Amino acid sequence: MNEPTTTQATTPPGAIQRLLRNRTAIVALIVLGGIVGLALFGPLIFRYNPEATSAAQFRPPSMEHFFGTDLNGRDVFSRVIQGARISLLVGLCGALVSFFVGTSYGLVSGYVGGRTDNVMMRIVEVLHSIPRLIIVIVAIFTFAPRLENWLNATAITKGLVGYTKVIILIVCLGLIEWLAMARIVRGQVLALKEQQFVLAARALGQSHIRILLRHLLPNLTGVIIVYLTLTIPAVILDESFLSFLGLGLNDPQASWGSLLSDGKNVINPVKNFWWLLVFPAAAMSLTLLALNFLGDAIRDALDPRARR
Amino acid sequence: MFGFIARRCVSLFFVLLFAVTLTFCLLRKAPGSPFNLNEKQNTPEAVAKAERKFNLDGPLWWQCARYIGVARKHAVESPPAPAQFSGLLQGDFQPCLKYKDRGVGELLAQTLPISATLGAAALLIATLAGVWLGCVAALRRHTWVDAAAMFGALAAISIPTFVTGPALVLIFSLKLGWLPVGGWGGLANLILPALTLAGPAIAYIARLTRTSMLEVLAQDFVRTAHAKGLSEQRVLYRHVLKVGILPVVSFLGPLAAGMLTGSLVIEKVFSLPGMGDFFVNSVLNRDVFLCGGSVAVYCTLLVVMNLFVDIAYKWLDPRIRLQ
Repeated sequence: MNEPTTTQATTPPGAIQRLLRNRTAIVALIVLGGIVGLALFGPLIFRYNPEATSAAQFRPPSMEHFFGTDLNGRDVFSRVIQGARISLLVGLCGALVSFFVGTSYGLVSGYVGGRTDNVMMRIVEVLHSIPRLIIVIVAIFTFAPRLENWLNATAITKGLVGYTKVIILIVCLGLIEWLAMARIVRGQVLALKEQQFVLAARALGQSHIRILLRHLLPNLTGVIIVYLTLTIPAVILDESFLSFLGLGLNDPQASWGSLLSDGKNVINPVKNFWWLLVFPAAAMSLTLLALNFLGDAIRDALDPRARR
Repeated sequence: MFGFIARRCVSLFFVLLFAVTLTFCLLRKAPGSPFNLNEKQNTPEAVAKAERKFNLDGPLWWQCARYIGVARKHAVESPPAPAQFSGLLQGDFQPCLKYKDRGVGELLAQTLPISATLGAAALLIATLAGVWLGCVAALRRHTWVDAAAMFGALAAISIPTFVTGPALVLIFSLKLGWLPVGGWGGLANLILPALTLAGPAIAYIARLTRTSMLEVLAQDFVRTAHAKGLSEQRVLYRHVLKVGILPVVSFLGPLAAGMLTGSLVIEKVFSLPGMGDFFVNSVLNRDVFLCGGSVAVYCTLLVVMNLFVDIAYKWLDPRIRLQ
């Protein structure tokens, strides 16, 4: 991996130092770390159980309830923190699958080209055409009982039984989400592989794998990272839509998407419970903002042209 | 080029066949029957009778073969009809299982134009606004313009349409009274739903355009173009944008197919008689015929849009070779 003669490496030397010198990246990292930390350890500092109802309905934000309370008198602050768990997990899983499967699929399809490309892209079109709703319904029907038994078997995983449907949902969304990424990467590779540096690399006798990983992939980082940061909110909102149809979270459980749709249901021009929408949306926007700044900083740090 | 398009049309047939078959089989395997979803449960005999009537009895492959049109259907006594081939291949989309007196073909013919008009308007807005915003942000990188454009884009992505739609209605219809609240009719009815539908897409396109433009702006041919003394505008629109827009074009294929076939949320918020509502409900009602028809429409649009995308690649970057 580290021959001194290579001019293109998967991680350019000094990328991490460059990333850490970037002040926005540091701020974004701290914010993201804070959100993840709250999601993981939040339950330790709650004053209220996010799933416990109380008589205090629709209280506006106060020192008692930082983000107010909802229809069932549940504390919105602890629900937003609780919701971060599911939403971040869904987003992370979607992004990971999209990155590994989508990128490699698109790279191969675009680079090999010809008939292979044609067949691979037609497969993507078939998968894209099947409504994701059907895939989720069938997957939950087929795997939920088995997964539930399996989770019940050990004491550690027993607490996860209530989340069986969500786990299947996350996997399904991940499996669907890579399709657009594959097409974008493939389109870029079609253009890049005709450029002279690829020809030069071939002339130098480099293998196809090496050209894909060392020459094409670094030139794709910008588009890949930006599309990944866009995938995360898309998957988070998909989850809320499917949960709304009863295919994911059950009622007392919370995700940012389900909080938004719950909030929307009780708000109308007469009853202006703005805090039910503003705080979940703000949590999501803040996460996305941090992710995007971090993404841009990673792109800059990995830019093959940035090394001087 | 002609051969390329012809080959693609042939493959459209196979993609359609696979997509519809898979959808049909998955939906038939899903728990629940199209004849037994309401509270009033039908007797097993009644379900069996209905399944036979709609040619949904017997093994799965046989059901599917009759739906596609490669196997004969049951003969019917009243009105008398012999056992014949009558499926998708013969152009018969079957009756709708939920709304018994309407055909799937008829339903699609009524709802698709509405969804497609709305989708086309939203797509146009999204592409123009998104590319423009992305270009502006890339040119003024690290200024407040860039920050504001990208912040707006993130806000548009993270606020779902079921929130933005009602918010727009509240402001422009109820408070200001400029535009109708919902319904279908004139151009005025189109504006708010098209804007709501376009919102997240604008954000996607702007982000993709910005990052791709930044990469192209750093390349040598841009410096050459500047050195030749070309105007800023000409360099941007003739040289940079032509290469920089490639990832956006890739994204437009799936985006267009999704937008033209309607969105449940938008249709509910603005009470539009579009296709998205039927599409989602056909799955929930296990209405295999309506769902199969919708998938066929969506799949055709997707393949055709992706064909346009591939042709656009060739036009934007002549170095690209297609097959």
